Amino acid sequence: MHWEVVWNNMDYFLLGRYPAGPLGGLALSILLALGGIFLAFWIGIIFGLLRLSKRWYLRIPSIIYIEIIRGTPLLLLIFWFYFLAPVIFHRPMPEARTTLMAFAVFTGAYVAEIVRAGILSIPKGQMEAARSSGLNHRQAMTYIVLPQALRNMIPSFVNQFVSLTKDTSLAYIIGVQELTRAATQVNNRSLTAPAEIFFAIAVIYFIICFSLTQTSRWLEKRLSYRTAGKIHQKAIELLDDSLE
Amino acid sequence: MNYDFNWMIVLTGEYRDWLIQGLVITLKISGISIVLSMILGTIITTLRMTGIKILEWITISFIEFFRNTPLLIQLFFWYFGSDAVLPDSVNQWLYAHNYEFAVGVLALTIYTSAFIAEEIRAGIISIPKEQLEASRATGLSFVQAYAYVVLPQAFRIVIPTLISQFLNLTKNSSLAMTIGVMELTYMARQIESYSFRGFEAFTVATLMYICLSLIISLCINIYNKKFLRMIKY
Repeated sequence: MHWEVVWNNMDYFLLGRYPAGPLGGLALSILLALGGIFLAFWIGIIFGLLRLSKRWYLRIPSIIYIEIIRGTPLLLLIFWFYFLAPVIFHRPMPEARTTLMAFAVFTGAYVAEIVRAGILSIPKGQMEAARSSGLNHRQAMTYIVLPQALRNMIPSFVNQFVSLTKDTSLAYIIGVQELTRAATQVNNRSLTAPAEIFFAIAVIYFIICFSLTQTSRWLEKRLSYRTAGKIHQKAIELLDDSLE
Repeated sequence: MNYDFNWMIVLTGEYRDWLIQGLVITLKISGISIVLSMILGTIITTLRMTGIKILEWITISFIEFFRNTPLLIQLFFWYFGSDAVLPDSVNQWLYAHNYEFAVGVLALTIYTSAFIAEEIRAGIISIPKEQLEASRATGLSFVQAYAYVVLPQAFRIVIPTLISQFLNLTKNSSLAMTIGVMELTYMARQIESYSFRGFEAFTVATLMYICLSLIISLCINIYNKKFLRMIKY
């Protein structure tokens, strides 16, 4: 076994060539995931609300967006952005920004579904009570329904963030210098320890994703204890398991 | 945006055949992997439910590890590292029989089986415990009780989620292009490199994936409407 290959390149895996060169490795993976989930959050809220709209010209486009994205592999979407961006903007775009856009658009569709499910899970009486106390539809949505729905959605958001963190590895395909790319580079250079390198990289991803998964489980328990009894929590767990 | 579309190039001749071949490989790799991962997932879940602490511990670590690492890394691990990890005879066999495809199936199967194991477990938990106790009391062994009483009932409940796992698997199989499996995404990329007709090729590939996803969603809906109603809890 050649574990020294892994240890000697650990700083390259974690930070890339930073501070001498551009930031890369795990740090870039995490930045991509954070940026992606931030943009996807807003895209998701907008399209989740649009999908629930009563007006067909708002609802239909949002359904088309969500269903097309959910039916397409992320890899293909990354290629789309990679080849489309230069044609639209008339100049090449940095790879990292291209993948960030692809991640935002991709995860946005999934977040939209989470938002929709979250809003539908709030009892109708909340909206009716808010409307009858004099708020208009938009006010009732922003001040009464959405805050409650968003709180219930937090565990699902964390789960989506975990998926996105795993998916940032796909940025490798168009040459972004993130963790997976760093691993393949080190592997191509050393050629002696492929199993060790990729196992070590898997462990790095695992530490991040597993701790986040555990956080989401803990949050789920806490939130559901507060809102309803244990039975409700069991139902959420089963539902979540089946959705994954 | 000024780009002259030339749809005929991907709808006729060699490139069309490439795309169809790619679709067939995508279906083949996902079909084989879903069957294998259902078998593996069932075995894992059954081992986990035996109540033996060490087995439970091993299966939980297996599931958590493979669920929380990227599929791409797993693919690379098996592809580049199979020499060090798998026994020589297995490697020889793999080299002789379309190595990329076999490694793709291996990685996809293990990744998906971790997800499927969790779903089957959710299904088993939803079966009342008395079912297992009653069949044990009538003299069935643990394995028999599982195979003839609990699992068949659990499967009926989890079939919709298993079908949606198949959909995920079809999409995930696109990652196999990175190790050289010539599936749909690989072919679309190939056409782009040969002809610079990326948009046409990617459009057709995307439409194929979306059609697959719509067909699979339709299957789930039909199943839910026709069969799930009949199951009484």
